[in-house]
Amino acid sequence: MKLAYWPGCVSRGFTPELHGSTAKVAPLLDLELVELDRANCCGAGVIAEHNQEMVDALNARTFAMAQGVDGAAGMMNICSTCQGAQSECQERLDASAEYRGEVNSHLQAEGLSYEAGGGWWNKNLLWILVEEIGLGTLAEKVVRPLTGLRIAPFYGCYIVRPSRRLGFDEHPERDEYLGQVIAALGAEPVEYAGARKCCGFPVITMNRTTSLRQAGRHVADAIDAGADCLVTPCPLCHLNLDLQQPAAAGFVERDLDLPVLHLPQMIGLALGLEPKELGMGKHVVSTSGVQRKLAELAAA
Amino acid sequence: MPDFTLKIRRFDPESGEPAYWADYGVELPPERSVLDGILQVKEREDASIAIRCSCRAAICGSCGVRINGRSALACNTRIGEAAERARDGAITVEPMGNMPVIKDLVTDMDAVHWKKIHRVVPWLLPAEEPPENQEYIVPAEAMLDVTQAMACIQCGVCVSACLSLEVDPDFMGPAALAKAYRFVGDPRDGEHEARLRDLAEDPHGIYDCTHCFACVEVCPKDVAPMNQIMRLRRRATDDFEIKDSNNGYGHEQAFVNIIQKWGTLFEAQLLPRSFGDGSLIKGQLAPEGARQLTENLPTVLRGLRSGKVRVNKALMHPKLPEQKQVRRIIKEIESKDERLELNLYIVGEEGEETEGAMAEGSQEA
Repeated sequence: MKLAYWPGCVSRGFTPELHGSTAKVAPLLDLELVELDRANCCGAGVIAEHNQEMVDALNARTFAMAQGVDGAAGMMNICSTCQGAQSECQERLDASAEYRGEVNSHLQAEGLSYEAGGGWWNKNLLWILVEEIGLGTLAEKVVRPLTGLRIAPFYGCYIVRPSRRLGFDEHPERDEYLGQVIAALGAEPVEYAGARKCCGFPVITMNRTTSLRQAGRHVADAIDAGADCLVTPCPLCHLNLDLQQPAAAGFVERDLDLPVLHLPQMIGLALGLEPKELGMGKHVVSTSGVQRKLAELAAA
Repeated sequence: MPDFTLKIRRFDPESGEPAYWADYGVELPPERSVLDGILQVKEREDASIAIRCSCRAAICGSCGVRINGRSALACNTRIGEAAERARDGAITVEPMGNMPVIKDLVTDMDAVHWKKIHRVVPWLLPAEEPPENQEYIVPAEAMLDVTQAMACIQCGVCVSACLSLEVDPDFMGPAALAKAYRFVGDPRDGEHEARLRDLAEDPHGIYDCTHCFACVEVCPKDVAPMNQIMRLRRRATDDFEIKDSNNGYGHEQAFVNIIQKWGTLFEAQLLPRSFGDGSLIKGQLAPEGARQLTENLPTVLRGLRSGKVRVNKALMHPKLPEQKQVRRIIKEIESKDERLELNLYIVGEEGEETEGAMAEGSQEA
C-alpha cells in the first residue's frame, strides 16, 4: 500500500528512534511511504490555541501535499498528537465550503488546495495496522512472537478523544486497537488505569507538578499491574513517560523503571528486527530488561 | 432472568464500613436509561440507594455518575448501550470522580464544583450602568460566541472526568473555566482583562489544563469546556498580551515563533523561549528563566547521555524547504485585523451552513 507519510516533528527531533524504526518496519508491512518533506508542524494544539485559521491553513497545506502524492491510498502519521491536531482541522475544513475557501486562499501562492470529500483519510500507523493491514495479516507476519511479554498500552489523548471527531462512530474499537495489536504479536496486553489518560506533556513548561504527577502515576500504575514495558503511538507521550521518567519518579515519591516502546519498535521486534536496528538503545529508561526477556523466551 | 445487571458502588459513612459493590437485576427495554434502572432497583429491591435526580431529561444536571468508568448523566445514558460497553455483563455505576462521596452515588458538589464556580466570579461585572429604566441590549450575534458556554447545566460531569484535577485538586477545572469564558466573551462585561489576568496568573488556572479532551468527551451538552479554556488562553495572550508567570504566554509565542522560523518544531529552543515570553535571550538571561532552565538541566543531560538528543541537533535545526511559504502564511493571517474562526457548535453536526458561524474574533488590545 502506497501512503503519503507525515512523520511529524518530534519523531525527527528528540525521538529519532521513532522515525528510524518506522522506516525499518514499513517495508515488512508492505507499506510504501512517500515522505512529505516540505510539510510543516501540525501545531500540536498550541497553534490552534493561538489562531484557528492559522492552524487550519498550515494543516490544509500538509493535506494538499498528501493529496498530490500519485497513487497514495491516504496519509499516514506516527503521532497521536498529529492525528488529533490534524483531525480537528480536517473536521472544520470539511464542515464548511465557505470557510475552506478562505483557508485555501492562503495556499494559492504555492499552487496548493485541500479538496474535501472523496473519502480521503489521514490515519495513525495504529489505525492503518488494524483497518488497512488487518490483525490477521499482521499476526501472519510475526516471526518472533512476543509471548510472555506483558505490555501496557498508552494511547495518548489526541488519538482517543473526542471520539466523535476521531471516527469512532465508524470504528468504535479505536480505543482498543493497541491491546489488539499487542495480542496479535503474541504478547499479553496489561490492563491498568492510565492507558487512555493524559501523559501530562502539554503542560510540562507551564505546570511541571501537574505534568509529572500524571506521567509518574501512569508509569507506577503499569508497574503495579505487572507490565514489562509500555507501548505508545505518540512521541510526545514518550517524552514525558521516558525522557522525564526519572524526574517524574520524584513527583510520585517512588522508584520508577519501566521501559517505554514506540509502536513501530514493538512491531519490529515481533517481525524479527533486532533491538539495535530499532533504536532501542536510545531511550532514557533502559530497554535491556525487555531485550533480556525476549532472549530468554527465544531460548526457552 | 433480569434484562440487565447494575453493579452499584455502595457507601454509607454512618455505617463505618468501607465502600463495596452490589449487584442488582433490572427489567427494562434497552432504550430506557441507566437512571430508570437505578430507580427500579430502589423501588423493587433496596430503597436505601442514594442518588440525586429530578428531571430525567438531561436538563437539571442532578444525576451525574460514572457508568463503566465513564462520567455521564444517568438519565442521558441508555441502559442497552451501557450494557454493550460493560465488562463481564454488569454495568458498573459509581459516584462521580474528583469529589468526596456523601453517600452511594451522591457526591459533595459544594466542596468541589460550586466552590470552583464561585472562584471565577460567575456574574456580570458591567462596563457601565444600564440605560435608565432599560436593560442592557446587545446584538444577538455578539452573544453567539458564548452560547456554547451558556449551554452548561452545572452537572459536574466534566469535573468528574478531568485528568488535571485528578493530580491537582486545586485546578479550577473545566466547568468553572467555561463559566469564566461566558463572561470574558460577553461584550457587556467590563472586566475582561482583569478576569484573564487572574486566570492566567493563578498556577491552577487556564495554564493548568493538560488539553486532554476528557471534558469535551463527556459533556452531555456539548459545552466543550476545554475549547472555552483555549479561547481564554487565546484572548489572554493575543488580545491582552498577558505575560503570565506560568509561561502560558511564553509557550504559545515560542511555539508560533519557532514554526514561523523553521517550519517544524525546534525542541531545544522551546523550553528557553517558553521561559522568556517567547524570546530565546530573555529565557536564558532573565533570573526566572535561568532558574527554570536549571531545573530542567538533569532531563537535558539524560537526553544527551541516551543518545536521543545530540549536541549538534540541540544547536542547529534545519529549515523546511519552502520555509518561506510557511512564514508567508503565518504573517498573512497574523496581519489580519480580526481572527477568523469557524464555530462548529453553531454550524451543527451535519455541516449545514448557518448564519453567523464564521465569527471574527475581537482584538481588544
